Amino acid sequence: MTDPIAATSNYEVDLGNLMAYDPSHHVTAAASNRAELREACLQKATELAQAVADVLFALSPNEDRDGPIVRLPPPATRLPREKHLPKPKPPTKWEQFAKMKGITKHKKNKREWDEQTKSWKRTYGYDRVNDDRDIPIIEAKATDEPGVDPFAQRTEEKKKRVEKQEKNRLENLKRAAKVGALPSHIQLAAKALPITGIKADLPKKSRKEDLESVAGMASTATASGGKFDESYLVRNLQSILANIESFSLWLKEKELVAKRNSNMTKS
Amino acid sequence: MVAAIRVPRSQRAKRELLKHAPKLVETGKKTLILHGTKTSAVLNSVLSDIYHLKRDNAVKYTKKNDNIRPFESGGETSLEFFSLKTDCSLIVYGSHSKKRPNNLILGRTYDHHIYDLVEVGVENYKSMESFVYDKKLAPKLGSKPFFAFIGEHFETSEELKHLKEVMLDLFKGEVVENLNLAGVDRIYVCTAISPTSVYMTHCSLRLKRSGTSIPRMELVEVGPSMDLVVRRHRLPVESLKKEAMKTADPAKKMKNVTKDPVHGKLGKVYMPDQEVGKLTLSNDIKGLKRERREAKKNKEHSKKQKVNPE
Repeated sequence: MTDPIAATSNYEVDLGNLMAYDPSHHVTAAASNRAELREACLQKATELAQAVADVLFALSPNEDRDGPIVRLPPPATRLPREKHLPKPKPPTKWEQFAKMKGITKHKKNKREWDEQTKSWKRTYGYDRVNDDRDIPIIEAKATDEPGVDPFAQRTEEKKKRVEKQEKNRLENLKRAAKVGALPSHIQLAAKALPITGIKADLPKKSRKEDLESVAGMASTATASGGKFDESYLVRNLQSILANIESFSLWLKEKELVAKRNSNMTKS
Repeated sequence: MVAAIRVPRSQRAKRELLKHAPKLVETGKKTLILHGTKTSAVLNSVLSDIYHLKRDNAVKYTKKNDNIRPFESGGETSLEFFSLKTDCSLIVYGSHSKKRPNNLILGRTYDHHIYDLVEVGVENYKSMESFVYDKKLAPKLGSKPFFAFIGEHFETSEELKHLKEVMLDLFKGEVVENLNLAGVDRIYVCTAISPTSVYMTHCSLRLKRSGTSIPRMELVEVGPSMDLVVRRHRLPVESLKKEAMKTADPAKKMKNVTKDPVHGKLGKVYMPDQEVGKLTLSNDIKGLKRERREAKKNKEHSKKQKVNPE
């Protein structure tokens, strides 16, 4: 056997991964002789394990209730990541605007004084300041249109504001998705499962509306792109008029028939 | 058109999804274990043993899976889908055919796309059950393992170099900063017996008294043990590798700020030299009496007027 101290220096020890590697050793035992191979491997492995332990147990431990705890150095063998680094979220339209204008966010109090009810109320949420439910009377103004319910108008306006905000939110999400920085709990339904490969490359199945709109376009398309076309109305004016005439005749006839029938039932 | 968005309905679902989110510092990879349409008794046992070793952080599929041929183009689609579904980035796929008996494909994914693959054949397999030892020595679930790699082929042979990295990634367990020395109890031993084959075994570690603070190591084989013969392998694409090897920038050290239990956050402020000596004095110095100041101003004013006509 070789001198153990001299041999130790040949090992590559990666303490971060608790790994030891002996590049110089060559297994002499034939692969066919399993018992011999096993013995040789285990003996060498014991040496390697000892080499790791020599470095590991030499670290100064922190005594803990569960046992001595040592701080491992970062691994020397670099391994690939599982997923990409998290990407920063792009600023929303409002954030961009606020930055341009130098508007800074300031915190609001959780409770505010409500003039309507003369009491402290929440700033947001249920039972909040300026709640629609707390307004018993809206005073009429000279500009008010008659027949418009001001309460309904108020709720309608609120609804519109909420809708607008939802639209803005979606737009911001879409812009974030373009950069690939969508919050991970949100999926844009357009691509629920971001799978590439065969499935993603397949063309999307055309919907009925898409086909119809294409067919409509094709039926009226001309080579000039419609530059020399007279309008549809002008070209087909006569046939349209004829159609209307025949339709009115048909209506009159129908009326006559109805009258006759009613007369018959009366008599 | 307004694109519809999908958000989780419950907080629990949201938490679950947030767990799948990319992290700045990753702690560990999950393993997906599955098999093809045909397996052998050996392979079934190998897969269940691997699952047993990695039970804390693995998913095992028990149904047959066809259409999985990771080395062929288009054959990786369902594998990538499973990887996405289970949030696993290590894949162990077993298949058995006449051409490649007892075939094991070890693969890794990056962003749920195949990163690299190694195909090995399993020979001379001995299952975990076949080893007889004192069950008190059995390694605890999820303990951080040691690794011993023996033989020059791990450096010279391209296949084994690759296999070494994959094995390390597969079995290394959770990435930790702090290690409890009382929890050191297992070692994976890999010996290169030829340029393409590796003898691999799993042992329990016994820490014996040695008279010093460093214990004497003793190995007890607990299995499984097997020979892995590399068949095909696919290295990662260079650009993808570069992308995957990126690490987070270490946080910048905050200078001149200290924390004090009594005073809280404390900061030191350094003022640059104000260079008072070089300061130019303006004419309307407040220190002067008004008459003098005005006299001085008038004097300069008249000087200027004299200069202008010339």
